[in-house]
Amino acid sequence: MRFNLTRGVVLTIYAVIILVPLAVVFFGSFKTTPELFDSPFGLPSSISFDNYDTVLNEQNLSQAFLNSVLVTCSSVALTLFIGSLAAYATARIPGWPGWLIFGFLVLGMTVPAQANMIPQYALFNQLGLLDSRIGLVIINVVVGLPVAVFILGGFMKTLPREAYEASSLDGAGPLRTYWSIVLPMSKPSLAATAIFLFVIQWNDLLYPLLFISSDSKKTIPLALLDFQGQFLTDYPLLFTGVVIASLPMAITYVLLQRYFVAGITAGAVKG
Amino acid sequence: MPTTTEPEWSTESARSPGHGRTSGRRGRRRAGRVHPALYLFPLPALAIYVVFFAMPTLQAVQYSGTNWDGFSADYDNVGLGNFERILTGDDLFMNALTNNLKFMLVVVVFQTIFALGLAIFLVKNTTASTLLRGLFFFPTVLSSVSVAYTWKFIYDPNFGLANRVLEFVGLEQFTSSYLGNDTAAIYWVAITQIWFHAGQMMVIFIAGLQSVPAELYEVAEIDGAGKWKQFTAITWPMIAPATAIVVAYTTIQSFKAFDLILGLSGNPPRYSMDILSTRIYTGFANSEFGYAAAESLIFMAFIAAVVLAQRRILKFTQKDV
Repeated sequence: MRFNLTRGVVLTIYAVIILVPLAVVFFGSFKTTPELFDSPFGLPSSISFDNYDTVLNEQNLSQAFLNSVLVTCSSVALTLFIGSLAAYATARIPGWPGWLIFGFLVLGMTVPAQANMIPQYALFNQLGLLDSRIGLVIINVVVGLPVAVFILGGFMKTLPREAYEASSLDGAGPLRTYWSIVLPMSKPSLAATAIFLFVIQWNDLLYPLLFISSDSKKTIPLALLDFQGQFLTDYPLLFTGVVIASLPMAITYVLLQRYFVAGITAGAVKG
Repeated sequence: MPTTTEPEWSTESARSPGHGRTSGRRGRRRAGRVHPALYLFPLPALAIYVVFFAMPTLQAVQYSGTNWDGFSADYDNVGLGNFERILTGDDLFMNALTNNLKFMLVVVVFQTIFALGLAIFLVKNTTASTLLRGLFFFPTVLSSVSVAYTWKFIYDPNFGLANRVLEFVGLEQFTSSYLGNDTAAIYWVAITQIWFHAGQMMVIFIAGLQSVPAELYEVAEIDGAGKWKQFTAITWPMIAPATAIVVAYTTIQSFKAFDLILGLSGNPPRYSMDILSTRIYTGFANSEFGYAAAESLIFMAFIAAVVLAQRRILKFTQKDV
């Protein structure tokens, strides 16, 4: 009885602590600064999209949004493709070579970004890949690969051997087996990996901050960081940026919650 | 679907290639059967990984012994000079290290306890539990900059939510300037971090708790063990793998709370909120490539050491009960 009472109280308080800030930000994006300071917890007196107009058009967050969509989608697709090819091979190559390749690729999970970002910057500089969205895609793929191989390879090792063998008896080469047997059977782990990469790369600030200097190539988190200097206390504009940056994730989360939990938990070991 | 116990499995298997029962048998049966073209499949991954990841990691070691600024064609080798300066005479690095340790300690202890508590309350798969889990997990999918701006408003000394709530309930004496208070700022960042990621750790604990056989609790109940006794005798030892993952991951996260700090403090980060990852970035931004590379190696070694030490401490408490 006492347990249930404590449980109810704790859960209610925590729900309020999570929900209220989110609601204040969301409703605040429709308010003017005086209105927000006057009644931060209240509903907006009218639904005005002025802040959205300012942020998207005058501050050009729409360009940043587009950049984020382009960079994130290409990075996730490429990482999944290259990663699943490698994962499939490591799951099938017998003996130590398979393990060696798997272990080598997965080892990257233990290296924090700060440990190699400086030489990476110098390398990208040499190759002319700084201040380029292609450069961002490359670094995202490289950084995402170890986790992708870890999750996908772990899953593919559990697939029944018969599935691979039946297909090769039918005369299918490895590419065919990969495309028509392995990928379809790996859908749940592909989805989890995709979600994990999607969240990490959509929200990533470090690499855009290091690599991107032109306003026209900035991604959402970086463009949002720039707001700080400009609108020191114009919270409604900051909030509008936050809502725009978070909306794609929030919507996907509501639709695919199961995969989010699976993906983020599976990737939780990423160092 | 990899579960939370996956890392255990994978390191174990990786340690004994071909010696495991299944892999040995499978290896023999498979030998000669795989198409040679399969060996081409990992090549794209290996190629970009070697060029853009493995080699830069090794180069960091090389840079760490130089005074390279990142742009000049020539630089001097300074041997271990960078390391010496970092560990003996760099107030900025020591400040970042101290801040980072305070931050880590608060986050690891409170977030873990908190996440475990929530997990215990939400372990049953009822509709209400599922909904609340979904809500508590939600902040994890937001970007750090978004979370930082949300909390900037909460902490705003003049108009912020926190002071307003305190005034409303008659606790004016506890109002504060939060991030503006140099000695306390890092702890306020820690609270934001807990709000941000407790739900994620809760989910890992729920997976761990659900794997504990219900019969154990039934037997304990018959033996007359109270809730607390059940927790210390059954739950805590049984969820050891989940706890180890949560603690390690939380630690790593708290060393890498780079984006959150930049969002809350502005760029470059303020002295009171500077942690190791932001310090390395600042060194890099100031064109001290060699020096920052040396800092980053210490950073990496430090994370590894802390995670290993925690494993030992956790093992000890779990054996104890």
